[in-house]
Amino acid sequence: MSTLTSAFDWLTTGASWRGGEGIATRLGQHLMLTGASVGIACAVALPVGIGLGHVGRGGTLAINISNAGRAVPTFAVLVLLAIGPLGIGDTTTVVALTLFAIAPLVTNSYIGMREVDPGAKEAARGMGMSGVQVLRRVELPLALPMILLGLRLAAVQVVATATIAALIGGGGLGRFVVDGLANNHRDQVVGGAILVAALALLVEGALIALSRLLPAAARPASCPR
Amino acid sequence: MAIVASGNCLERNAWICGDYVETRSDELTAALREHIGLTVSAVLIGLAIAIPLVLLARRWRFTVPWIGGLASVLYTVPSLAFFALLLPVTGLSATTVRIGLVTYTLVILFRGLLAGLDAVPASARDAARGMGYGPVRLLLRVELPLALPAIIAAIRLATVSTIALVTVGAMIGHGGLGNLIYDGLTSTFKAEVLTSSVLCVALAVVADLLLVALQWLVTPWRHGRRGGRRGRGGPATREQAATREQAATREQAATEWAVATHAAAEQSVSARTVAAKTEGTTA
Repeated sequence: MSTLTSAFDWLTTGASWRGGEGIATRLGQHLMLTGASVGIACAVALPVGIGLGHVGRGGTLAINISNAGRAVPTFAVLVLLAIGPLGIGDTTTVVALTLFAIAPLVTNSYIGMREVDPGAKEAARGMGMSGVQVLRRVELPLALPMILLGLRLAAVQVVATATIAALIGGGGLGRFVVDGLANNHRDQVVGGAILVAALALLVEGALIALSRLLPAAARPASCPR
Repeated sequence: MAIVASGNCLERNAWICGDYVETRSDELTAALREHIGLTVSAVLIGLAIAIPLVLLARRWRFTVPWIGGLASVLYTVPSLAFFALLLPVTGLSATTVRIGLVTYTLVILFRGLLAGLDAVPASARDAARGMGYGPVRLLLRVELPLALPAIIAAIRLATVSTIALVTVGAMIGHGGLGNLIYDGLTSTFKAEVLTSSVLCVALAVVADLLLVALQWLVTPWRHGRRGGRRGRGGPATREQAATREQAATREQAATEWAVATHAAAEQSVSARTVAAKTEGTTA
């Protein structure tokens, strides 16, 4: 248990938070990598998933992309990209993280769109709504919970994978674990792991909160409840 | 792009190199063996804990949100952090990796098993009770057979994600094929990294196909071989036998989605999906 107390000592010492290799810098790097990857992945994956779901095609693709994402080890992709053409660096990390965030986003937005009650869509069409109007005012609000679930899966996945990126020499909180292991600083290993776990749980919690608040706000005010 | 050329592909550090596979086949086999061993033990130990846990949770329903909450917390902790947090307890051993892996499989299996059993139509359960089935016979003869597709879907998900996750164990020297990937990274040995990565994905695909075959074997009523298993001729079997092939495929996909989303702690959505699909196909 002495490792645990020394880990807490390391975490609570002001010096370990400051400087170019301090916790604050690493946390900033971790958030930057995560934010950039999830942002790019959303820009690519959401139009695809929502579009496929709207027209009702490509279901096999939408499910299989998720299965493939699960079978391919994140670590292998990171290393392949690092010793491949991209070399070691932030670009490599962001490319790998984005690839892994795309799968849950496409799959969940597709399922969300497909699970919208056909009756609701038909009623909207019967009221004279155009395809775009049905998409914006009926399908998207109803699919929002599933889309947000996809976002949460992707974000938590990316936070975890960004940790593994430290193994290929990337920045972020994983550095403490990897460097600590290499230099036999167990307090840093455990302290870094605590930080990583806390960050993942925080991101998950924040997105759960968002998925409770947003669907209610997205519901048109004129809609009787 | 003549990367498959023979000769000194080792010296040229080619991505695909037959010489590498030949000269290092011992290393590859050993890594593959460790990979399979870690995966199989993680899934089996996970099952051994998940089954009694699910039965207890069904007996005392109030525990489900608590176990579910704890499970999502454990599932959210990144694997690298998980292994690192276990270091003070179990050190740089294979046990550290195994405990981490079992935790993840346990979460997936617990949710999959619970969702599968909960999705058994109440009508089937009532009919069995009306025929005088006790709780044990109800579980073994009605609930388990009906939940089998969902259970095997959960085992598939647990197996495939474990195979991918084992590689992270390379961080502490017990990552099966991941060890070779890590080694290839430090020495920039392209053939080593690509070969072991491809082997890892191939292992996941083969394991998945084997489990699909297993499901095909243990659920003969789903592909129209009526009476293939005489011992299972309960009301559930007959009801399932009526399920058409196409509907079964759709249901399978739905279950997989359900377990996948379930693994991310969205209990209400997936439970609804499973329930809706099961009702739809057995009605």
